[in-house]
Amino acid sequence: MAVNPSEMNEKNMAADTAETASEEQTVANGHKEKQIDRSDPKIVVRGLKKSFGTLDVLKGIDAEIDAGEVVCVIGPSGSGKSTFLRCLNLLETPTGGEIFVDGECITDRSADINKIRRHIGMVFQQFNLFPHMNVLDNITVAPTTLKILSKTEAESRARDLLGQVGLSDKADYKPSDLSGGQQQRVAIARALAMRPDIMLFDEPTSALDPEMVGEVLGVMKQLASEGMTMVVVTHEMGFARDVADRVFFIDEGIIMEQGTPEQVFGNPQNPRTQSFLKKVL
Amino acid sequence: MDLFRVLTDASPLLLKGLRMTVGITVLSLILAMVLGVITCLFAISESKPLRPLRWLAAFYVWLIRGTPMLVQAMYIFFAMPQLLEIISGRNVQISVFTASLVALTLNAGAYLSEIFRGAINAVNKGQMEASRSLGLSYGQSMIKIILPQAVRICLPSLVNQCIITLKDSTILYAIGLAEVMYYGKIYVGRTFESLATYTWIAIFFLVVVSLLSFISKRIERRLSL
Repeated sequence: MAVNPSEMNEKNMAADTAETASEEQTVANGHKEKQIDRSDPKIVVRGLKKSFGTLDVLKGIDAEIDAGEVVCVIGPSGSGKSTFLRCLNLLETPTGGEIFVDGECITDRSADINKIRRHIGMVFQQFNLFPHMNVLDNITVAPTTLKILSKTEAESRARDLLGQVGLSDKADYKPSDLSGGQQQRVAIARALAMRPDIMLFDEPTSALDPEMVGEVLGVMKQLASEGMTMVVVTHEMGFARDVADRVFFIDEGIIMEQGTPEQVFGNPQNPRTQSFLKKVL
Repeated sequence: MDLFRVLTDASPLLLKGLRMTVGITVLSLILAMVLGVITCLFAISESKPLRPLRWLAAFYVWLIRGTPMLVQAMYIFFAMPQLLEIISGRNVQISVFTASLVALTLNAGAYLSEIFRGAINAVNKGQMEASRSLGLSYGQSMIKIILPQAVRICLPSLVNQCIITLKDSTILYAIGLAEVMYYGKIYVGRTFESLATYTWIAIFFLVVVSLLSFISKRIERRLSL
C-alpha cells in the first residue's frame, strides 16, 4: 500500500499504521518507516492479576503488544494503569497470570529478571534521576556497571543521546540544576542508554509544569516515529490521539475498552469509557 | 599562672592518656562501622531465609540500646570471664584493653547500624526502582545508587556518633583503661590540682569535638546533593 505522505496528517497515520499490519509506510515527517508485525507480538499478557493485601488492583488483564507499536493506557486514577505498567518489568510482582516478552515468560520463577529489564526501559512520573551523579553519569551508570560498554563508549553514547533529547550542553549539570522537563528528558536518555527495545512511560508528564510538557512529549513522539515499542500511561489525551497506535482504557482492574485512538476517542462503546472521556476531554 | 604550670607538669601523663583515648576511639569506630554496616544489612534484609539474621540484628540493637554503657563495660570485663569459665570450665582472662575495645565497638556498632538503617530508608524509594528498571541487581543498586546517597544523609548523625564514642570512652576509666581520665586522676591524686587538670581535659575534648564538627560541616557542604 503506497501512501502519499503529504496527504496524511499524523492522526490518520497512527490509525492507518495500526490497521495495515506488516506494511511499510513512509509518513509525514519523511524519515520514518513504521512496521508492525502482528504475527509475533512483542509483549503478551495473559490473565494478569495483582493484589495488594485484600485489594485487587488488576483483575485479569489480557493484551498483546506488537513490536514497534505505541500503546497509550488511559483511565481514571486508581484504576490500575500504573500497576499494569509496573508489572511489565516486574517492579510489581504479579499475583496471577503470565507475561511474555519476546516469547520468554518473564513471570516464570527461573526468569533472569535483571537481564530482562535491560531490554525494557522505564520512565517515571517523578523522573527518579540519581541526585548524587551528574547528567552524564546518570546515563552511563547502567551500561558501565553492567559491563556492557566501556567508560568511553558509554560516554560517547550518552552524549549522542543527550543530543537526541536536546540537552547536549547539560552533561556536567547536577539533576537538581535542571528544570523538570530537562530532568525527564535526561531520564529518557538514561533509559535509552541500555538500548532497550521496549519503553515504558509511567505518567511521564504528570509532574511537569504545563510549559514543559511539550518538550517531553516531543522526545517521545520522536522515539515513537523511530519504531520503539512503547507503553505509555498518560493523561495527555492529545498525545494518545496523535501518537498511539492503540489505546487501552483501564478501569476497575481490567481493560474495559481498547482500539485505535479513532475508535476509543471518536466512538467509545463502553459507558465507562464514555463517561471518563466526557470528564477529561 | 597555675593553669599553665600544671599543663607542662602534667602533660607527659595526660598525653599518654590522650593517646589511648584517641587510639581506642578511632580503632573502635572503624570496627563499629563494619559491625554497623553488617548489622544494618541484616536488619533491612527482606528475604525469608535471612529472617534469623534480622532477628539477631534486632536483638543486638535492643540489648545495647537498652543498657548503659557502664554496665556493658563492667559486664564484658568482669562478668564475661565468669560466664566463659562456667561454660568452658577453664579460667578465662580478658585484658582491660580488649574488654574496652569490645565494649566501645559493640556500643557504637549498634547505634551506627540504626543510623545507617535510617539513612537507607530515607533514600527515595524511586531511586531503587529506577536503578532496578535499568537492569542493575539489588546489590549493584545498593552500592552505586542507594549507599552513596545514604552516606550523605547520615553524615551529620555519623559525626555525632563519633563524638559520643570519643566522650563515652572516658567511661572505660571505670574498668581501669589507661585513658585520659585515668591519668588525670593519678595526677590529681598526686598533686591535688583538680581544677587545672580537669579544665585541661575538658578543653582537650572541646577542641577535638570542635575540630570534628568543623570537618564534618565542610564535607557536608561538599557532598550536598
